[in-house]
Amino acid sequence: MSLLEVKNLTISFGGLRAVDDFNIEIKKGQLYGLIGPNGAGKTTVFNLLTGVYKPDEGIISLDGHNITGLKTIEINKAGIARTFQNIRLFKELSVLDNVKVGLHNHYHYSTIEGILRLPKYYKVEKEMDKRAMELLKVFELDGEADYLASNLPYGKQRKLEIARALATEPKLLLLDEPAAGMNPNETGELMDTIRFVRDNFDMTILLIEHDMKLVSGICEELTVLNFGRILTQGETGSVLNNPQVITAYLGE
Amino acid sequence: MKKMKIAKTTKNNLITYSMVLIAYILVQILLITGHISSLMSGLLVPLCIYVMLAVSLNLTVGILGELSLGHAGFMCVGAFSGAFFSKCMDGLMPDGIRFFIALLIGAAAAGIFGILIGIPVLRLKGDYLAIVTLAFGEIIKNLVNVLYIGKDKNGFHFSMKDSISLHLDGEGQVIINGAQGITGTPHDASFTVGILLIFISLIIILNLINSRDGRAIMSIRDNRIAAESTGINITKYKLMAFSISASIAGVAGVLYAHNLSTLTALPKNFGYNMSIMILVFVVLGGIGNIRGSIISAVILTLLPELLRGLSDYRMLIYAIVLIVMMLLNWSPKAVEWKEGLKEKYFSRLHFRKEKEGR
Ligand SMILES: Nc1ncnc2c1ncn2[C@@H]1O[C@H](COP(=O)(O)OP(=O)(O)OP(=O)(O)O)[C@@H](O)[C@H]1O
Ligand SMILES: [Mg+2]
Repeated sequence: MSLLEVKNLTISFGGLRAVDDFNIEIKKGQLYGLIGPNGAGKTTVFNLLTGVYKPDEGIISLDGHNITGLKTIEINKAGIARTFQNIRLFKELSVLDNVKVGLHNHYHYSTIEGILRLPKYYKVEKEMDKRAMELLKVFELDGEADYLASNLPYGKQRKLEIARALATEPKLLLLDEPAAGMNPNETGELMDTIRFVRDNFDMTILLIEHDMKLVSGICEELTVLNFGRILTQGETGSVLNNPQVITAYLGE
Repeated sequence: MKKMKIAKTTKNNLITYSMVLIAYILVQILLITGHISSLMSGLLVPLCIYVMLAVSLNLTVGILGELSLGHAGFMCVGAFSGAFFSKCMDGLMPDGIRFFIALLIGAAAAGIFGILIGIPVLRLKGDYLAIVTLAFGEIIKNLVNVLYIGKDKNGFHFSMKDSISLHLDGEGQVIINGAQGITGTPHDASFTVGILLIFISLIIILNLINSRDGRAIMSIRDNRIAAESTGINITKYKLMAFSISASIAGVAGVLYAHNLSTLTALPKNFGYNMSIMILVFVVLGGIGNIRGSIISAVILTLLPELLRGLSDYRMLIYAIVLIVMMLLNWSPKAVEWKEGLKEKYFSRLHFRKEKEGR
């Protein structure tokens, strides 16, 4: 069964049809790529999937549940987490605390227990620290746990965003240009990390990326967007050899 | 590494608590040895009130990241509800218990107003809170000035016109008398109670900040969109921070009311001037810096009094201190200098560790 099923998704801004009749089906455990030239509507698709925008038309279902029109927070609770093209970390919080915000809905103690520092506070905080450090370790950020998030170098900030998203225990992870601003070395490492996350967290991943090395290296299937419409979709190798895709990328 | 950070916040909080404790002990020694003028000793309770106001406003401004211009309004709500209770119950229960309940009532009343304002306003994106709280502060102040409440055998009587329209019987007593406010509130406030209340406020705020809820609140401040997509309930945590902030201002108001024989709502004590002054304490002490708020509230309250002898130069020096404090907290150079000091200190620690390691 497919984890994510999107049918006929459409949204317009003023006269512009930013996303027009978008369809996609992603199976559990798949590593799926969404590509297309600048302004094609890729980020808008993410914003629709996560409830930042409400679609004009279309149905989004996750794991068999219709999540169309739900609020962003409800969609996160239903199992979609994301990263952002323009990094959005909690800048004045530590690296560790950024991940602990991600753990928020999975570890509980009451406000009173927190203020009075009752035993449950210490117990739960310790568990949260442990889990957060495990996640940071996956991204080799455990050494920087007590840095302010804004003090991390760019590449590590992108990794921290992924760690924070994973902390919410999603079924589907959306990555918006995870390799943007990284050098080839860092991109190579990131590819390994993304594969590791998919394998070890049983994750399904949909990613937007311009870096063709990354896309061809790790994505199993692709959807190509152009001017808000699907140009083609299918298995990575055949999509990348499609002459239409090549023209769209090289520009007419 | 992780341990170091936890140790750091705990140490930071300990410094804040000990600072307050030491100030308290010093003042007590000076009081006993008779080194504090009557003018100064009259300032002790107001100092506690200002510190509580500054610290609580910092929760809204620095931790939640919302601008509030009506903090004095919450203080006003707390002052009148607390004093009203004390006036009604005077002589009917032990003083300590009555004052304690008055404090709780002030906290609850101000907190409820915080929630009532927060529910519609905090849902909006943008800086609507500033304008609404500004209006709230002024409305509350003016409302209290035309409020008449009396009590007789038949119960409570309300009026918005004058005390005669209360139609009290012979035995009846006017409790809130419009612009004349409440007179004869029992004098329960003291410096010791003030310090205790500061401690309680600090425990609530500092422990809140370093908890699950505090992280959620600060994540909204740092990036609302990311917080939302990380599963944080924006409205809930905004309301939580804002109403706790209002409650503590309410408690400060109760303390204020029980330090005076006559409580009236004037532009000076509950108007926007006061709200702005508290905001100045917060900004100069450093937004989000709780200890800074305490220090700046104390310095900026004491300074005009200490400088009284210099009459003409008083406001000049006051202005200079304001500027210096602002520069110290906000200019990039000064921040760099402070960071430099820290780095020097830390790199030395680091060096020592390395040597030990080998
Ligand atoms: N909130 C909005 N209001 C108006 N227009 C918008 C809005 N969001 C996106 N658009 C428009 O929709 C189109 C698609 O934008 P989108 O950000 O989805 O592109 P993208 O494929 O992610 O591009 P890039 O590769 O540059 O990130 C653009 O023309 C953009 O200007
Ligand atoms: Mg984009």
